[in-house]
Amino acid sequence: MYQGVRIAGFGGQGVVSAGVLLAQAGLVDGKAVSWYPSYGPEMRGGTANCSVVITDGEVSTPVVSAPDTAIVMNEPSLPKFEPLLKKGGLLIINSSLIKSKPKRNDIRVVYVDCNAIAEKVGSLKAANLVALGTFAGITGAISIDSIASAMKKVFKRAKPEILELNRKALEEGAKLK
Amino acid sequence: MAEKVLMKGNEALAEGAIRAGCRFFAGYPITPQNEVPEYMSWRQEEAGGAFVQAESEVSAINMLYGAAATGVRAMTSSSSPGLSLKQEGISYMAGADLPCLIVNIMRGGPGLGNIAGAQGDYTQATRGGGNGDYRTFVLAPFSVQELANFPKKAFELSEKYRVPAMILADGILGQMMEGMSFDFEPVDPKTLPQPCWAIGGKHADRARNMVFSYALGEGELEKMVLKRAERYALIERDEVIYEERDTQDAEVLIVAYGISARASIAAMNIARANGIKAGLLRPITLWPFPSKRIAELSKKVKAILCVEMSMGQMKVDVDLSVKNACPVYLHAKPGAFFPVAEEIAIAIESALKGRKDQLFNIEDLAKKAENKIYAVNNPVCKEGALL
Repeated sequence: MYQGVRIAGFGGQGVVSAGVLLAQAGLVDGKAVSWYPSYGPEMRGGTANCSVVITDGEVSTPVVSAPDTAIVMNEPSLPKFEPLLKKGGLLIINSSLIKSKPKRNDIRVVYVDCNAIAEKVGSLKAANLVALGTFAGITGAISIDSIASAMKKVFKRAKPEILELNRKALEEGAKLK
Repeated sequence: MAEKVLMKGNEALAEGAIRAGCRFFAGYPITPQNEVPEYMSWRQEEAGGAFVQAESEVSAINMLYGAAATGVRAMTSSSSPGLSLKQEGISYMAGADLPCLIVNIMRGGPGLGNIAGAQGDYTQATRGGGNGDYRTFVLAPFSVQELANFPKKAFELSEKYRVPAMILADGILGQMMEGMSFDFEPVDPKTLPQPCWAIGGKHADRARNMVFSYALGEGELEKMVLKRAERYALIERDEVIYEERDTQDAEVLIVAYGISARASIAAMNIARANGIKAGLLRPITLWPFPSKRIAELSKKVKAILCVEMSMGQMKVDVDLSVKNACPVYLHAKPGAFFPVAEEIAIAIESALKGRKDQLFNIEDLAKKAENKIYAVNNPVCKEGALL
């Protein structure tokens, strides 16, 4: 099993922490993992992104230049990351904020109304977790339980009710195919 | 082994240094190593050590000089342009035979360059970027685990030989997170032997000792330089560290260190799947360089491929080791881009079959410049911009 993932969105959408969570969850499962942020000169309102690798083998390159999965959370991220995807790769689109359609037809596209689902669950802030849930549900690279137990390590000061809300967001996301 | 935790390279390095008994840190912020001083700023206080955010890199390296002279395990860290500023101090510490740890989380250069990971400071680190005849240990980690482990190794080597030690990593290693564990017992500085190099003599309980980086008496400096040369020779004989993968039957040997070695391992696997027997030698000490082993291997392989994020700086050391026993090629990513496994795999095939794809060819480069420099109607500068 090898999953190279890019997660991208506005600063503040939690794309970087979603990546940390994913890597931590992989570690919980005993996989080799890496996480690498974009720390370049980004504009305010521009896109932030990170690379995550989860694998049974060893992580060679932490910079995922041809992802198996791209999770795009805002409009500018779509044209930036769609072209990088591997043939047959998975593109998870936050349809709450992205109105454009992808151009490629050699990839699998899943539209997730992340913001609306997150708000329904109780907090817009959990939109990143809805997308992560969809990723977990479709790829099987990681289980919802592993992400939930990773949350306790990554969000050390989170209250139990927030962790519960986050779990619900993950579960709602995992229902989508 | 302890449970693995997810840790950022820069933080693992800082924690590794604390656990190695480092109780003095001075530094100045620069991307991509900022997490090192940030971590040290609270962790040194917790450990009973000292943290100083200096007013400049020059100041920080001279604080390190002072701290090292007291016998404490002392460290500074920076990134490429910052290291250029520190060279004077490093030369002074080499001249004063003081053990210390200097960390360079390399970024693009020359000049201010950019903030992405790079390996362009190889020559500066391995030759000694300051004035005079001196060397520093240069350790090149390739994982977060090694970033955590190498400060201890660096302090031990540095103190054993009284030679400053450097850890040379890059922005990718510094910024990335990986599963790792601290698999050594933390060093309590109180249990370390009394450092014989420390200044002393104000109080009667310690013998008088002064620290100089100069010797003005006739013939004295030469004696010092020669004594140092003896230690350097011993280091080159006894302290070389490297890792080999699949070199047993290799037709093409890749030589790569740090983050470039990781991409090379993936490339090696692609090449092997395509029927090309590739192997890897990863220098872990860049000085002392594994010249002897590379020379041995050069007699068994058909070609050597150097993979580095610089324009052949490491290749110079490989060339010196190989002495024309086999062809040595270069695959370089100098613009702070990351080496890509698929491209290296093509370079491996090129090296074996004598093609040019994904290889740097000096003659081709010269031709490109020649066309611009000597063409009558095509001056090098057009409206101030280099063509």
